[in-house]
Amino acid sequence: MMKGPRPDIDSILERYPRHPQHLISLLQDVQAAFNYISPDHINLICDHLGVPITKAWSVATFFRSFSLEPRGEHEIKVCLGTVCHLKGGERLVEGCERDLGVKRGGSTEDLRFSLDTVNCLGACALAPVVVVDDQYLPNTTHPRLSKLIKKLE
Amino acid sequence: MAKASTTPKMDDFRLGSVSDFAAYRDSLVAARDPNQPVIVVCHGTGCQANGSPKVSEALQKGIAAAGLEARVVPLIKNTGCHGFCSRGPLVIFQPAGLFYQRVKPGDAEDIVNTTLIGGKVVERLLYHDPHTGEPIPYDHDIPFYRHQQRIILKNIGKIDPTDIRDTIAAGGYQAMAQTLTTMTPDEIISTVETSGLRGRGGGGFPTGFKWRRAREYTILSPGQVYIVGNGDEGDPGAFMDRTLMEGDPHAILEGMIIGAFALGASQGYIYVRMEYPLAVRHLGIAIDQARGLGLLGENILGTGFDFDIHINRGAGAFVCGEETALLASIEGRVGEPNIRPPYPAQEGLWGRPTIINNVETWANVPHILEKGAAWYAGLGVSHSTGTKIFSLVGRVQNTGLVEVPMGVTLGHIVEEIGGGVPGQEKFKAVQTGGPSGGLIPYELKEVPPEELQLARLGLKSRGSLPVELKELPVDFDSLLQAGSIMGSGGMIVMDNHDCVVDVARYFLRFLQEESCGKCLPCRLGLTAMAEFLDRFSKGQGTPGDIDELQSLAQAIVDGSLCGLGGTAPNPVLTSIRYFRDEYLAHIVDHKCPAGVCRDLITFSIEPETCNGCGLCAKNCPQACITGKKKKPHAIDEKACVRCGVCRDVCPVDAVLVV
Amino acid sequence: MSARKGKPTIFINFTIDGQPVQSRPGWSILETARHYRIHIPTLCFHPAVKPWGSCRLCVVEMRYGKRGKITPSCLTHPVHELEVLTSSERVINVRRWVLEMLLAECPASQEIKKLAAQYGVTATRFPIRDPHEECLKCGLCVAVCREVVGVEALTFGSRGVKKQLETPYRIPNNLCVGCGCCVSVCPTGALQARLDTVRGDISRRTGHGFAH
Repeated sequence: MMKGPRPDIDSILERYPRHPQHLISLLQDVQAAFNYISPDHINLICDHLGVPITKAWSVATFFRSFSLEPRGEHEIKVCLGTVCHLKGGERLVEGCERDLGVKRGGSTEDLRFSLDTVNCLGACALAPVVVVDDQYLPNTTHPRLSKLIKKLE
Repeated sequence: MAKASTTPKMDDFRLGSVSDFAAYRDSLVAARDPNQPVIVVCHGTGCQANGSPKVSEALQKGIAAAGLEARVVPLIKNTGCHGFCSRGPLVIFQPAGLFYQRVKPGDAEDIVNTTLIGGKVVERLLYHDPHTGEPIPYDHDIPFYRHQQRIILKNIGKIDPTDIRDTIAAGGYQAMAQTLTTMTPDEIISTVETSGLRGRGGGGFPTGFKWRRAREYTILSPGQVYIVGNGDEGDPGAFMDRTLMEGDPHAILEGMIIGAFALGASQGYIYVRMEYPLAVRHLGIAIDQARGLGLLGENILGTGFDFDIHINRGAGAFVCGEETALLASIEGRVGEPNIRPPYPAQEGLWGRPTIINNVETWANVPHILEKGAAWYAGLGVSHSTGTKIFSLVGRVQNTGLVEVPMGVTLGHIVEEIGGGVPGQEKFKAVQTGGPSGGLIPYELKEVPPEELQLARLGLKSRGSLPVELKELPVDFDSLLQAGSIMGSGGMIVMDNHDCVVDVARYFLRFLQEESCGKCLPCRLGLTAMAEFLDRFSKGQGTPGDIDELQSLAQAIVDGSLCGLGGTAPNPVLTSIRYFRDEYLAHIVDHKCPAGVCRDLITFSIEPETCNGCGLCAKNCPQACITGKKKKPHAIDEKACVRCGVCRDVCPVDAVLVV
Repeated sequence: MSARKGKPTIFINFTIDGQPVQSRPGWSILETARHYRIHIPTLCFHPAVKPWGSCRLCVVEMRYGKRGKITPSCLTHPVHELEVLTSSERVINVRRWVLEMLLAECPASQEIKKLAAQYGVTATRFPIRDPHEECLKCGLCVAVCREVVGVEALTFGSRGVKKQLETPYRIPNNLCVGCGCCVSVCPTGALQARLDTVRGDISRRTGHGFAH
């Protein structure tokens, strides 16, 4: 979810020297600011760093945290690390898929919600863990998560 | 008035020499009263998830409201993870070590009135021994802490990681100052070699050996050298590196500066997973503050040595924990591993010699240089020196972070520190080493070394294995002999509710998703293995399939380009070796003894326990539960998809899984 | 095999399947084997580009005493007195499983069927996802477009099992010059089938409806 005024793309580009080594960092900053990376962003980034578009494409599609399509306003991330899996993380994801009508990795049509799975957030003692908009929910259960989703709707 | 420590504005004065640094440190120590009461509130990711920031706020408000006089007003300090995550939020009164657990914001008033003003303990917030019920007020008496040897974790929970002054007052950067001005690069590398330090990220490779090779290549081909800290802790169930990076970031920086000096490097990188935003933030603050004081950057402490560190964030790829893939990612390329040799010590970033070590390894370095190689080598056992941090999670009483010397028994960790498995005498198995590791059962069986990948790792077998798991010493070689690996330190305890076939399948699916896809054995092979396991979990397949699976696993181990594919078969292979009966139960008897594999279990409601509340029927996504109000309900087994929602919502635990 | 001006040429003497061979400096085990007409199967190797090592069919076993290490011969350089085995049990095991998985991954490729049959693999137990697929993601087309032609018109997107040969945004890439090098180096018919998805409409570039 975006916080505060959105920086413009030029000021983000200016943070990095014109060297291909900064491709991933630049994509991360754009993703964080705009919630996704548009074709225009890709073109500007390639021009700034001097990398071919195919390279930016392969990098942007290789790493999970990049999205080439707009994400929902509220991001729900269900942890599927080992302990969260043992404690029923998979059932939580399925529950969300049913509640929101989306598959994991997707967003609702009105772009209100995005559902993702994450590999281990490192809070294993509190499994199963779900992060909703940067807020960590420990020991989550499906009823609690459902309630929270309804509240946000 | 009490003030919680906020990110301080550092005066930008650089310390120009070691004596300046010593004087600064002395002034910090002198300004601190060791008897000053400090309330420590744990702000590790876990406790924060449980609401510790609100607890801190409530305490602040409570203290202000009580209008306490200045001389008894304690500081409130927000620190990194104390490790006892299952008891959070934690509040500890230093210097006494009074330990409160599961503190809620509503408890603040009680704490202020009873403890701060009244000088007495709030009994209900104390830790109680689970067997005797006796309260144990002080943290050093609590078995979870008492049985550990917290050397690397020493500062975490005591210092504010966003204030470098805490770190310096606690002794940080002292080793660096000494080393940079009194030792030669050769002496530093020799010290690390003699200490016996082995990589803490999973490979267990001798660190000194790596540094020595890199130095040789630098002499052969003079030029830039790079130092990299691997904070891409991807193993699910492991959070040691997260805790270090969040709670004591300077320990890592200090180690890297020493390493850089020994190798003649002027540029370093720390690679942190983006799933650890707090770690990224704290490392960033630490680097800024260290630079501001002249402990990092140009002309460190006036020695003429330049070294700076840049943070690279991971972008969501487990494979980037593999060193060549990590380096590719720093170069701005996709995280595809490369063949080794050549190793990064010879040809790493941009073709130059590069030392890449796990952040926990780096955090060991200052201790070795400060107290000496002999001291370090005296900890642990001869082939695995020092201490190791483990994340003990799963079906165990006390889950959290544990630091012990290498060589202590598994029983010591799981039972004395972990408090044992709730409700059971024995645990079923311990999973170590993440997706690259194995499952070791409570009753071990002797494993001939040829069957393990000893050849691949160049290790010899050492003696015979104990019969019971709890006698197994926890060190690199013993775990390997038992069929697993130490890995980065994740230790997941499993009991009879966890299905081995399901766990093996889970790890395979995990690795399949994280595979970079470059080489066929991994890209296609992991899917192929997962397909075998899917069939087993559905009760399909034949016993002959198990042998085929082992042959396929061997092909993947031999044919894969990197460690991801090469170690992917480990969980499957060890689970077959030790739990073949459970596999056969699935395949031949079409049963899942642990009650996990969906196609082999049925859900039903126990009529005697059911109170007829109807919650299950309301929540069932298949609408297949029927029953009248206040009368026992029943599930239509044919329509049931075994989603588990009814079991989750039932207030009286009436749902049976068979 | 004359020495370069001023520099003595160091040849490396080793054996492949017991046969003494000699490699020139910089040669990989695979290149040496090909020089001696010793057959080692491969799909992703091509002399025009740098070896990538994705198909792993060229694996051989390097023996040191009793211990053996499996390694891709296209990426490994020999050392003196190395013993290389091209058909040991472990090597054959890797090949047979890779070929069986390839039959499921690229069921439409005749080249793969022929190669697999040479090693006794004629059927696959793994489910076939796309019966028309021929691309094994060997990387040769991407490499030749980058290293030889210098245009970089196509690449791999996504990772793991979802790895696909594609162009940015999966629309034809106007950077493609239509040289056809990718088709020439492709070990199967995969690129021939999808060249139009890469090349796009050349007449758009000339602006007058003709290709040239």
